[in-house]
Amino acid sequence: MFSGFDFDVIERSLPYLFKEGMTFTLTLTAMAMAGGIVFGTLLAMARLSSIPMFNVPAATYVNLMRSVPLVLVIFWFYFLVPWIGGWIIGAREPIQVGAFWSSVITFTLFEAAYYAEIMRAGIQSIPRGQVSAGQALGLNYWQTMGFVVLPQAFRNMLPVLLTQTIILFQDTSLVYVLSITDFLGAAAKIAQRDGRLVEMYLFVAVVYFIISFSLSYGVKHLQQRIAIIR
Amino acid sequence: MPMIEFKNVSKWYDRFQVLTNCTTKVEKGEVVVVCGPSGSGKSTLIKCVNGLEPFQSGELVVNGESVGAKETNLSQLRSKIGMVFQHFELFPHMTVTENLNLAQVNVLGRSVDEATAKSMMLLKRVGMEDHAPKFPGQLSGGQQQRVAIARGLAMDPIAMLFDEPTSALDPEMINEVLDVMVKLAQEGMTMMVVSHEMGFARKVAHRVIFMDRGEIVEDATKDDFFGKPRSERAVQFLSKILHH
Amino acid sequence: MQYNWNWGIFWQPAPDGTGVYFWWLISGLGWTLSTALLAWAIALALGAAIGTLRTTPVAWVVRLGNAYVEIFRNIPLLVQMFLWYFVLPELLPKALGDAMKQMVPPWASFWPAVLCLGFYTSARVAEQVRAGIQSLPRGQGMAGTALGLTLPQAYRFVLLPQAFRIILPPLTSEFMNIMKNSSVALTIGLVELTARARSMQEFTFQVFEAFTAATVIYILITLVVVFAMRYVEQKVAVPGLISAGGAPMAGH
Repeated sequence: MFSGFDFDVIERSLPYLFKEGMTFTLTLTAMAMAGGIVFGTLLAMARLSSIPMFNVPAATYVNLMRSVPLVLVIFWFYFLVPWIGGWIIGAREPIQVGAFWSSVITFTLFEAAYYAEIMRAGIQSIPRGQVSAGQALGLNYWQTMGFVVLPQAFRNMLPVLLTQTIILFQDTSLVYVLSITDFLGAAAKIAQRDGRLVEMYLFVAVVYFIISFSLSYGVKHLQQRIAIIR
Repeated sequence: MPMIEFKNVSKWYDRFQVLTNCTTKVEKGEVVVVCGPSGSGKSTLIKCVNGLEPFQSGELVVNGESVGAKETNLSQLRSKIGMVFQHFELFPHMTVTENLNLAQVNVLGRSVDEATAKSMMLLKRVGMEDHAPKFPGQLSGGQQQRVAIARGLAMDPIAMLFDEPTSALDPEMINEVLDVMVKLAQEGMTMMVVSHEMGFARKVAHRVIFMDRGEIVEDATKDDFFGKPRSERAVQFLSKILHH
Repeated sequence: MQYNWNWGIFWQPAPDGTGVYFWWLISGLGWTLSTALLAWAIALALGAAIGTLRTTPVAWVVRLGNAYVEIFRNIPLLVQMFLWYFVLPELLPKALGDAMKQMVPPWASFWPAVLCLGFYTSARVAEQVRAGIQSLPRGQGMAGTALGLTLPQAYRFVLLPQAFRIILPPLTSEFMNIMKNSSVALTIGLVELTARARSMQEFTFQVFEAFTAATVIYILITLVVVFAMRYVEQKVAVPGLISAGGAPMAGH
């Protein structure tokens, strides 16, 4: 059934697909993961605070992000970031933000809402007595969080955080709507140039599958090891 | 000046009153045991001392500082008061030594070497020096509680609070913890101990406080408390736990 | 630096002569809802079946079910969208493939989108159903068969009714996901809500009004679904049977 197909096109375009496309995808994933976990943890802490000035905006932000499709969020930030950037530096015109930074900001802020919910569950899973013990030793809020609560919460939630990152890795393909050359974008360009949609999209699917599947297999393994230690 | 002084302290959870006009004091070098049926407010009372539980009315003065006052630096006050919890509350992701070093380094500003030396000295005192590199999960309950006591002592506290330190332990481990506490009391440490261990109270307590339904029903010297408890409730309580 | 707000834009006529921009968005909402609801029917039916199969004692059936879930879970939705739209017609027998390619505009994107979202979400539903059944005490299934029920009957009358009550909250969020995920279909030309907002932005340059309107509509959908499901949960609740709000799952 594949007689009319030309799988050479894949081999010819491998350097472009991986050096350009996959590098972009992985860099975006790594940066959005790092930024998303940091911002998400701060959001979780704010949301668990008893002070309305912190918990109300944090809850609103998280619920808002989680109600709106990622595609719409990508469009939002693509147009919004230049305006906000211009406003911050006091420029007269919206500033130019490159496609790369626009996507990094978008994915960081979007995924932070999801990481925040995971970290919130993680923080809540730490017994209240641990916080009391930290306070009783004279540790202040940030020290209790930093030395006692967050390391434990992070370790307990590590498998879920990594699973969310695999989802983020797959989600980054949506930058396609901004015509960015990520892995899928690179493949789409060649597919359209050479009229080889079937071969290219099947190849893309296989590559994504292999990466995501191996990663989630690794996470499952890690989860069992953590379960034994506890 | 007493080390710890409660003046008419009251506390509510919403509209439910958990402490009612509690007045008592602990002098320097004194050992006071707080007992009473479960839900009587004794754990809440002891947690007020270092501000882990806020209260709504009355005054509580610890080492000359008013706990409820805005200008009091709670973290600083807490670092001077050691506390031992019912469920040990060692930090499971840190080794025994790291548990003891954490606040010494980050609150008192000691160097890691200085803190480690102090930790080893205290671990030796509670008979746990061989377990220094282990994680809490690798220790028995009694061993964990002895480490927790050493963790409190590492801060050179002016007083130690014990919140039911033996009630989560298997019976065969209770004595190893009580022995450490007895030794500490004999060395002159100021101690406030929530406990049902009447043997411990008889041996080292100076005074016994009996609480019921959020009130201090009896506050007497050890001999008076065990010799001639005045209230019906205390008599009932004593006969219940002594016949166990 | 100033942005010229113009909230009146929604009442100005759209260039294609179908009415004002407001109705553009509403028609987009219509496509979002119909895509999501049809796909949800597929996802629920397939997901329940496959999730159930994964709890049976037959090893090869379980493995087949696992493979199904892994395939749909580990390929990005957008790539799956392209596979259904661009690749499938080429791989099917020629007559069928040509029929797919010759469908008229809205349907040419609509049906691949429905199938794609349905199959994609079915894998996630299957995972929830499996977890729900396996969270039940083992004795429940045995008690059923001990009463003389066949295995399918034990599932039908004992296990599934309990499992579905337990997994109602995660199923609600899967339903929200399918609604949001339908926006990915704009890449194969389905003019649903997000696509409408995007083209309104292109025609009017009123970026923020268009996106705000779409955002508000998505939030309203979320609120309606959350309240509706809360009602359903109360309706089907069995006294003493707890639901699994519990463990956090990664997801969207």
